[in-house]
Amino acid sequence: MDAEAFRTWIVAVARVIDEQRDHLTQLDAAIGDADHGINLARGFTAVVSALETDPPATPGAVLTLTGSTLISKVGGASGPLYGVAFRRAGKSLGDAAEVDLAALGEALEAALAGVQQLGAAREGDKTMVDALAPATAAFSKAITEGASQADALSALAEAARAGAAATISMQALKGRASYLGPRSVGHEDPGAASTALILGALRDSVLAGR
Amino acid sequence: MKKLINSPDSVVTDALAGVAAAHPSLAVDVEAKVITRADSPQAGKVALVSGGGSGHEPLHGGFVGYGMLDAACPGEVFTSPVPDQMLAATRAVDGGAGVLHIVKNYTGDVLNFQMAAELAGDEGIEVVSVVTNDDVAVQDSLYTAGRRGVGGTVFVEKIAGALAEQGAGLDKVADVAREVNERSRSLGVALTSCAVPAAGQPTFELTESEIEMGIGIHGEPGRFRVPMSTARELSAAALDAIHADLPLSGDLLVMVNGMGGTPLLELYVVFNEVRRYLEGKGARIARNLVGNYITSLEMQGFSVTVCQLTDTLTRLWDAPVDTPALRWGR
Repeated sequence: MDAEAFRTWIVAVARVIDEQRDHLTQLDAAIGDADHGINLARGFTAVVSALETDPPATPGAVLTLTGSTLISKVGGASGPLYGVAFRRAGKSLGDAAEVDLAALGEALEAALAGVQQLGAAREGDKTMVDALAPATAAFSKAITEGASQADALSALAEAARAGAAATISMQALKGRASYLGPRSVGHEDPGAASTALILGALRDSVLAGR
Repeated sequence: MKKLINSPDSVVTDALAGVAAAHPSLAVDVEAKVITRADSPQAGKVALVSGGGSGHEPLHGGFVGYGMLDAACPGEVFTSPVPDQMLAATRAVDGGAGVLHIVKNYTGDVLNFQMAAELAGDEGIEVVSVVTNDDVAVQDSLYTAGRRGVGGTVFVEKIAGALAEQGAGLDKVADVAREVNERSRSLGVALTSCAVPAAGQPTFELTESEIEMGIGIHGEPGRFRVPMSTARELSAAALDAIHADLPLSGDLLVMVNGMGGTPLLELYVVFNEVRRYLEGKGARIARNLVGNYITSLEMQGFSVTVCQLTDTLTRLWDAPVDTPALRWGR
C-alpha cells in the first residue's frame, strides 16, 4: 500500500463517517452527550481538506497529518484519542513509501498502545479499545498464519465490528457513559462503533482499489 | 426544536462575535475561539485560563475579566475545546508568572488540556492544572470517569482569580483553587432535556411527571429518575445528597443556579428552601449567588453548589471582580 492507498482510505473514512453521522450521534445521545458523529464528521472533513491542500508523500505522513488535524479540529475525548492513534500509526510507518501487512500490523499495535496510554482504558471498559484491540489481534493472527491481504483486512474489519457489537452488553467504566453505571448496558459504544467504521473503510477501500 | 440561531454550524462563532460586540473589555478572537482580557498580558500576574464546551454560558467566557479569568476557550456545543485554542490562550495571557489551567473533570477536557499544557511547557511557559470535580451525583468514582466538574468551578475561578489579582504566585493560586474545589459540592436536578443545535433534537427524554436527579451539565444522566415534586422536596433531596458527602455546617457560600430555561422566580423559591434546609442543619449562608451561571442550553431545572468558607476564602470571594457575568467592588 502506498501513500495514495492511505489517502483513499482516509477519504473513504470521511465519507462513511459523514453518512453515519446521525447514527453515531444517536448512539452517543443514548449514553453520552450526543455529539460523536457531529464532531468526527467535522474532523474528517477538515482532514480531507488538509490532505488535498498539501498531499503527503508517504503513508506515514498521511496518517500523521490525519492525526494532527483531528487533534486540532475535533475536541472532546475522541479528538485526542483518534489523533494520537493516527499519529502513532503514522510514526510507526516511518518514511517508507510502501507499507506491507507486517508494517501495517505494527502501526495498528502502536495506535492501540497510544490510545490505551492516553485514555487509560482496558478491554471491557466499553470504549473504542473494545473494537481496536480485537481487530488488531485478529489482523496480527491472520498475517502470522499467512493470510492474503484481502483476508487479513477482512479479519481486521470483522473483528472490529464484532468488538463494537459486543460493547452493547458491557457496562461503561470510562468516559461519559460511565456516569450511567448499569444504565449504560444495552447500548453500543459510539467510539467502538466509529472505530469499526474506520477499519471497515480500510478493508473496503483497499479491496475496491485492487 | 426552535432555536435563535442562523445555522447550527455557526452558532458558536456567531455568539462569540456578539460577545465581542457587547464587551469591549474583552478581546475575542472569533476564528481561533479564544476570549482574553483586552488588557492581557498582565506582567507579573499569574494568569488563569479555563475552557470547555459551549452551551454553559456565562461559563467560562462571561467570567473573563479583572479578578477572575484571563482567558477562556469555548469549544463546540458540549464539546471540549482543542489544544490549539488552549495553547493560543495560554500564550496570549502569560505575564511571566505562570498560567493556571482550570479544567472541569470530563475525559475530553482533561485530555485536551493535558496536551495543551505539554505544548506550553515545551515553549517554556509554566503551567499548573487544577481539575474540578464537585458533582456528588457520580457516586462510584472508582468505576467511572470520576466526579464531574460543575458549579464549584465558578467558585474556583472567582476565588483563585482574586488571589492571582493580589499578586500571589502560581503555587499559591493553584493551592487555593484546589482548596475551593475540595470544599465545594454540587448536585443538579433536571425538569426538562436540552437540544444540541447540530443534533436538533432533545438529548434525552423526560416525561411531564418525572425529573432527573443528579443531571450532568451536558444532559448526561444522574443518579435516578423520580416523580416530579415540590421545590421544597427537590431542594431537600439535592441537599441530602450533598450533606451525605460533606456534612454542612458553619458559614457557606451557596449558589442556586438555573440550567438556562428556569425562571428566576422559581430559582428564588428554591433558594428559600435551600436556606430553610441549611438553617435546619445549623449552617449559615454567608454569601450567595442566585441565577444562571453554568447552564445547559435551554434545560429547565436547577443545581445547588455549596462551599464551606474560611475567613480567607470569604475575603477572596468579596474581593473586587469585573467580568460580564460577575461584577462587584470595583
